[in-house]
Amino acid sequence: MQELKDRARELLADGTVKRVLGWKIGDLPYNPEPAYFETEESLKDFVYNGFCGANLSKYMIEASKLDGKTMVCLKPCDTYSFNQLMKEHRVDREKAYIAGVGCKGKLDIEKIRKQGIKAIERIEGAGICDEAETLKIQTVYGEKTCAYADAMLERCHVCKGKEHKIYDELIGESKETADADRFDEVAAIEAMSPEEKFAFFQKELSKCIRCNACRNVCPACSCRKCVFDSTKFDSSQKANVDSFEEKMFHIIRAFHVAGRCTDCGECSRVCPQGIPLHLFNRKFIKDINELYGEYQAGEDTGAKAPLTDYTFEDAEPSIVGKRG
Amino acid sequence: MSIEKKEFRPKIVAFCCNWCSYAGADLAGSSRLGYPADVKIIRVPCSCRVNPMFILRAFEKGADGVIMCGCHPGDCHYSTGNYYARRRMTLLFSMLDYIGVENGRTRVEWVSAAEGVKFSDTMNEFVEKIYSLGENVRLGDLRCRS
Ligand code: SF4
Ligand code: SF4
Ligand code: SF4
Repeated sequence: MQELKDRARELLADGTVKRVLGWKIGDLPYNPEPAYFETEESLKDFVYNGFCGANLSKYMIEASKLDGKTMVCLKPCDTYSFNQLMKEHRVDREKAYIAGVGCKGKLDIEKIRKQGIKAIERIEGAGICDEAETLKIQTVYGEKTCAYADAMLERCHVCKGKEHKIYDELIGESKETADADRFDEVAAIEAMSPEEKFAFFQKELSKCIRCNACRNVCPACSCRKCVFDSTKFDSSQKANVDSFEEKMFHIIRAFHVAGRCTDCGECSRVCPQGIPLHLFNRKFIKDINELYGEYQAGEDTGAKAPLTDYTFEDAEPSIVGKRG
Repeated sequence: MSIEKKEFRPKIVAFCCNWCSYAGADLAGSSRLGYPADVKIIRVPCSCRVNPMFILRAFEKGADGVIMCGCHPGDCHYSTGNYYARRRMTLLFSMLDYIGVENGRTRVEWVSAAEGVKFSDTMNEFVEKIYSLGENVRLGDLRCRS
């Protein structure tokens, strides 16, 4: 992290960039937040550790409108989002100085809490440079430990790899974290009966409080005017609608990012209700891969997006019933 | 007070493109080929005009089945509209199936202006299918139930 901070200081000092987009220390040991740093002085609060899961690429939409360059810290998965935003002409490459930062998996505080570790005061081992396999957690009830891998975000277990797809310079080491297949869960649901599927989603989606966090954080959801903000769309008032409205919200949200979602995992990370939103996104990704050929959004800015492309021989919609 | 149990009559929404399928429906009519009155046709300029939301909205407002008809691939009045629609509908139907909605409730059929018979056959078949599936209880909004 020191290396990254030093580099940020240098770039600010020599005028290459006007500001640095990174993470700053939060009020708790596990909630660093995205922030701009405009002076060398302010960098004292700069932090990069295992809790810096936030994908900063979406902030570049606004930063692209500012004067001068912005140094933005992007993890490998974040660079896919940046690429996708570039393809959609939402960010300006010329306005960004991309520091590709290393990643050894990001942590999910909820996973730590689920192990019964509460009232956390201090966490050791979440720094990006130490090679710790376990986290030492100081709580008001004494010291607890937790394996790093057990506290990792779901998305890091299915990480797309540690190669940055776009960068100006690389800083810091990465470590392979993938140990699962991202479509396993989707395949398990596909194998259920219609009743089981319906019950599963009913249970998950009824938890939704329509806070819109999943939409706000998503780099693919960057329309200036959003359908969900319309007063004519009933889902803006969850209180007076019935259970279908939430399914509508979720299907439409996922559909709007189909073929553009890079599976960056931010939506699932920020959902305060722990709803596995990736199950929707990945269903579309899986179908697209199976029906129209492998496609990874954000990988190649030149490739044609699956929903703006077609072939004469495309599968007919009736294939849905036939696939079983 | 007794609650009268009404016989099930499905509500079926058919989105038909202006250039082929709607003309196909017209031909079915003028050739005196019958199809059930449960089918309500909504004319759209092109199958590509059908936003996934239209389908969901139709279900929400009480439809028991939704069918979309357009020109055959290769014959679209706007050359390529139905190709995009085809991919969109495939993904949408697959998603509906994934969340547990019986996939027989959704369908896409390509009907040209000369295929009055196909239009009538398709509608008869689809209505029958919906009769066998019964009322749509998974997707409707309670407020829209009569
Ligand atoms: S998905 Fe991969 S690159 Fe992204 S935070 Fe997790 S481990 Fe890092
Ligand atoms: S973040 Fe979670 S609770 Fe909030 S709207 Fe999205 S799914 Fe619902
Ligand atoms: S839908 Fe979720 S996983 Fe996909 S790009 Fe948006 S935030 Fe990332």
